Amino acid sequence: MRNPQLNDKGELQHLLTIEGLPRETLTHILDTATSFVGVTAREVKKVPLLRGKSVFNLFFENSTRTRTTFEIAAKRLSADVINLNIAVSSHTKGETLLDTVDNLSAMHADMFVVRHAQSGAPHLIARHVASHLHVVNAGDGRHAHPTQGLLDLYTIRHFKRDFTRLSVAIVGDVLHSRVARSLIHALTIMGTPDIRVIGPMTLIPSGVEKLGVTVFHDLEQGLRDVDVVVMLRLQSERMRGALLPSAQEFFKYYGLTPEKLALAKPDAIVMHPGPLNRGVEIDSAVADGSHAVILSQVTFGIAVRMAVMSILAGN
Amino acid sequence: MTLVLPDPETLCAELIRQLKPHVTADTALVGVHTGGVWLAERLHSALGIALPLGLLDISFYRDDFEKTGLHPQIKPTQIPFEVDGRHIVLVDDVLYTGRTVRGAMNELFDYGRPASISLAVLIDRGGRELPVAAQYVGAKLEIPPGHMLVLDRDDHGKLRLKFDA
Amino acid sequence: MKIHIKNGRLIDPANNIDTRSDLFITAGKVAAVGKGPGGFSANRVIDAAGLIVCPGLIDLSARLREPGFEYKATLESEMLAAVAGGVTSLACPPDTEPPLDEPGLVEMLKHRAKTLNLAHVYPIGALTVGLAGEQLTEMAELRDAGCVGFSHADVPLQDNQVLWRAMQYAATFGFCVWLRPQDGYLAKDGVAHDGEVATRLGLPGIPAFAETIAVATIIELMRATGARVHLCRLSTREGVAMVRAAKRDGLPLSCDVGIHHAHLSEMDLGYFDSHCHLRPPLRSGRDRDALREGLKDGTIDALCSDHAPVDEDSKLLPFGESEAGATGLELLLPLTLKWALEMKVPLAQALLRITQEPARILGLNAGHLSEGHTADVCIFDAEHYGKVTAAALKSQGKNTPFLGIELPGKVRYTLVQGQVVYEAGTG
Repeated sequence: MRNPQLNDKGELQHLLTIEGLPRETLTHILDTATSFVGVTAREVKKVPLLRGKSVFNLFFENSTRTRTTFEIAAKRLSADVINLNIAVSSHTKGETLLDTVDNLSAMHADMFVVRHAQSGAPHLIARHVASHLHVVNAGDGRHAHPTQGLLDLYTIRHFKRDFTRLSVAIVGDVLHSRVARSLIHALTIMGTPDIRVIGPMTLIPSGVEKLGVTVFHDLEQGLRDVDVVVMLRLQSERMRGALLPSAQEFFKYYGLTPEKLALAKPDAIVMHPGPLNRGVEIDSAVADGSHAVILSQVTFGIAVRMAVMSILAGN
Repeated sequence: MTLVLPDPETLCAELIRQLKPHVTADTALVGVHTGGVWLAERLHSALGIALPLGLLDISFYRDDFEKTGLHPQIKPTQIPFEVDGRHIVLVDDVLYTGRTVRGAMNELFDYGRPASISLAVLIDRGGRELPVAAQYVGAKLEIPPGHMLVLDRDDHGKLRLKFDA
Repeated sequence: MKIHIKNGRLIDPANNIDTRSDLFITAGKVAAVGKGPGGFSANRVIDAAGLIVCPGLIDLSARLREPGFEYKATLESEMLAAVAGGVTSLACPPDTEPPLDEPGLVEMLKHRAKTLNLAHVYPIGALTVGLAGEQLTEMAELRDAGCVGFSHADVPLQDNQVLWRAMQYAATFGFCVWLRPQDGYLAKDGVAHDGEVATRLGLPGIPAFAETIAVATIIELMRATGARVHLCRLSTREGVAMVRAAKRDGLPLSCDVGIHHAHLSEMDLGYFDSHCHLRPPLRSGRDRDALREGLKDGTIDALCSDHAPVDEDSKLLPFGESEAGATGLELLLPLTLKWALEMKVPLAQALLRITQEPARILGLNAGHLSEGHTADVCIFDAEHYGKVTAAALKSQGKNTPFLGIELPGKVRYTLVQGQVVYEAGTG
């Protein structure tokens, strides 16, 4: 089956998922992002690459944070940005997803940044749009959040350099996490030998070992000697189903405190996709401490998104 | 290609000769990746320029992005001095259509407002498509279109000119 | 109407016939097999040279979408699809709108089908009123109206006490209870098999034990009530093993598998192909292989199309929002043949699974070409490979994972009660 992310020349036409991308493609994106970090450090933070191009942010699921970083990234590339909060507009009037996309395409869009609650929605859109349009997945259901995976990869590369010698632990609600899935794919492609997922059985999906990870249900065992700790956000809905009893019990056994962090390597870094739930998955002392690189992730996130958009637009 | 290419070492010496009278303590040198940077490094040390060397990668300022996309290798851009009010000498290896220089100037202007920009090139091969001129030229050479002239550097740092296929 | 079908390879598994033989039809019934009756003067002669002549196919589950879902398909379009697929009898599940829980609705459906004069339609009545899982339907009245069994379609019957009582009541009259083994709570919100693929694609999963727990419950209730049960659309390896053991114990249990599940697995979901959004979900390769073996060794009695036409818009949605189901009536024969070829099952044995065995499960004297019996016949070319295309499908449901794929088997003629109701090439 042809990879729907690639065009006829084998170049990246869309970014839908990290899964299946060659290592060279990921490296290229990270290297390009490095140059954009330089740009964002200048006073004039813009480059004219996407001037005249229209980037439409199609957010079917609310997210001010992610939408804002994509907006900043697109504007720094001199693109025109249009934000569509579909959650409150035509979608609720019964217009189908593809009808909405068709209408927007007719308004001369060049790129869609899509966030949707359903896994596979960006794939459906990418199959449907005209060949000159690019689709960037900003998060679909539990499936993928490729720009997050890339910025996490960038962050790890920045602080740790060599993926092939790393031990990475991903902690929390892996079952519902597109961030976790994208990061797992990214790390395996880059040759990371030891990737661990840590959480109660209710939050670990079936067959996840097949993705190339080791499963731990004991946080202390799972954190032993790791180089990178990635804490996942725990949504309050999880406490309402039959998945978890309470935030307190979760924090006691799976929350990252300084004591638990001490089991990792002394120079381990702590990452989090945000927004933080202090006292639920992460202790404030850790979130504000010297191991945390959470704010760097945000900075790198803009550069990575600029890299993704410019690479796609140039293909 | 039967055209005989001049020795870049000789041309480099010629450029140094031309530039010397115009260099002051405040002169800034900026090399355009990749050939322009090698040349600028040579000029920088030979002319004893006080300010650190600036490096420019114009990948984000090219005008052919639509056609050719983003360059696979983007080199770092470093401008380690204030651009405002500065007299800058932009250095590149070959001046041809003038589009690279236009991109380089646009990028420099995103850093500030220079007092002046002058251009030093090893070879001016004609074929301009924009109103760009070099103030310091190693040699003028007529090269038919369809041939790409590039500057190369061997392992010992010696410069040489050649045609890219 | 006297019809002489000559030169065909007659395969009638029920009567152990698989040989070059002619077939003679008079007044809607099989007049003779082999040698024509004396003085037989045919009104029509069909030359079946190079073709297979077999009993008309019997499909245990085809949704006709009437009443209630006419925008998806109509009785007429789906009946035309049936006969184009060589299907001469089909059973339809009760999940119409309104559900088939009243004799009047059943009679109307049967009447509508009869006036179309295409395939025979055997409605399966609802087990509970409105399929709400609380009150029993008047099963005897429904049987008199024409129902051949009682089912809960795909609606979970969560209250085991109601299920128990329903099975006791059905057993009282000797009715067969048709059940989809799926625990409603365990399957809730799931859209794909809970395993490696669903995890990678981020789709909510339905674990295999959602089926096996239900199978275990049903088997226990069978032991307690003596009810005859037909399990619809098995999908798990474990489920097949449990059926095998129950049959060994002599329980009156039969089961079927959908044609798509006999071929596809979770891997076929690919990049969220909503054509593969089916109920039950496509499971692992090992499950699929167990189903194929189960069909071969007879643990699984029948193959059925599980025909569920879906309108195109309902498939052009993200996987989890798309409607489950695939078109199947015209693929029943090709996919049975494909399975037989791949598993090296002799043609006669394969045809059993879509003729005599479904007839037995439905309690019909059908699926065979015995002398004096109704002449429902399918004549097909087993060597012909045709591509599945939306244009070629007569059903209004154009949704199948097999679109664009070449499959063996092309029906040339279909006869119901001795009348040619379908002839290839006449559109």
